[in-house]
Amino acid sequence: MAGAHATHHPKLQHHFDNLDQQFEASALGMWLFLVTEILFFGGLFLAYMVYRIQYPDAFAQASHHLNVVMGGINTGVLIGSSLTMAMAVWAAQLGKREAQMAFLVLTMVLGIAFLGIKAVEYSHKFEEGLIPGANFRFDGDAQHAQLFFSLYFVMTGLHALHMVIGLAIMAVLFVMAYKGRFTKAYHTPVEVSGLYWHFVDIVWIFLFPLLYLIDRHGPVVH
Amino acid sequence: MTAHATMIDANGEMQAAKHLVPVRVYFTIFALLMVLTGVTVGVSFIDLGPWNSVVAIVIAVVKMLLVVLYFMHVRYSTKLTWAVVAGGFFWLLLLLGLTLADYLTRGPGWLHYG
Repeated sequence: MAGAHATHHPKLQHHFDNLDQQFEASALGMWLFLVTEILFFGGLFLAYMVYRIQYPDAFAQASHHLNVVMGGINTGVLIGSSLTMAMAVWAAQLGKREAQMAFLVLTMVLGIAFLGIKAVEYSHKFEEGLIPGANFRFDGDAQHAQLFFSLYFVMTGLHALHMVIGLAIMAVLFVMAYKGRFTKAYHTPVEVSGLYWHFVDIVWIFLFPLLYLIDRHGPVVH
Repeated sequence: MTAHATMIDANGEMQAAKHLVPVRVYFTIFALLMVLTGVTVGVSFIDLGPWNSVVAIVIAVVKMLLVVLYFMHVRYSTKLTWAVVAGGFFWLLLLLGLTLADYLTRGPGWLHYG
């Protein structure tokens, strides 16, 4: 066999034995980052749980001001974007460049649709005077309803920021795919970015029931 | 456990072919996630008392597991990846569990209704 340096895959870094080991290292690194993200969002979920346990009626009143239809549609949109992302990775694994580009575009379209619906929801909250602060208007326990909406905007806002970053990553992947940077043997950036995108989907899978749904049943106590 | 098949690539290097998940698996998981979303919305309009929160969280955890195991390929990943993922969720449970063990046992005077 010819010298290893002359024949190895151009994307293989010298400190790895082969592309597979290199991919495992990259995926593991992304998972370690996602573990920090789990605990980052986990702190916010914890704050929400503690305050919801302490002020159950105020949180139930405030939760009724969220739009379940828009939240539900957005959940479907985001799950759909996870499917198209999984399909983009699938296309990359098979070296189908055009299919991969199409699935990346679909993922971006669904991601932008999610942010658009979220923006409409935010503008409704603004019109209803539900932005915490001096001009907060609320019929009920306004002081503690502000706590709910502070957590709502921080948690959904941080989630939306992750979506914006995800869209930027998708755009970079699209350009790389267009330039033919990915092959059947090497497409690590697509797989690793997919992990990030699915993680952002998981955060919403918890945000939607906790913020919109769990106080939906029964009458509002004032 | 690992579903990797070993093969020799064009450059004569040992390469493990990454597990290719069939497309029908992805669409099945997508359908399950959509059904579970419908179920969680439907159940939220039925008054189950404190169980509304429990049901919502259990359904969310099932949806999370479907995404992690199939969309994120953890089911087909190495044991090291399993350990890192499980460790992350274990630490989250410590954060939530130990804190709630305090707040949930403070007695009724701490709660504010109305």
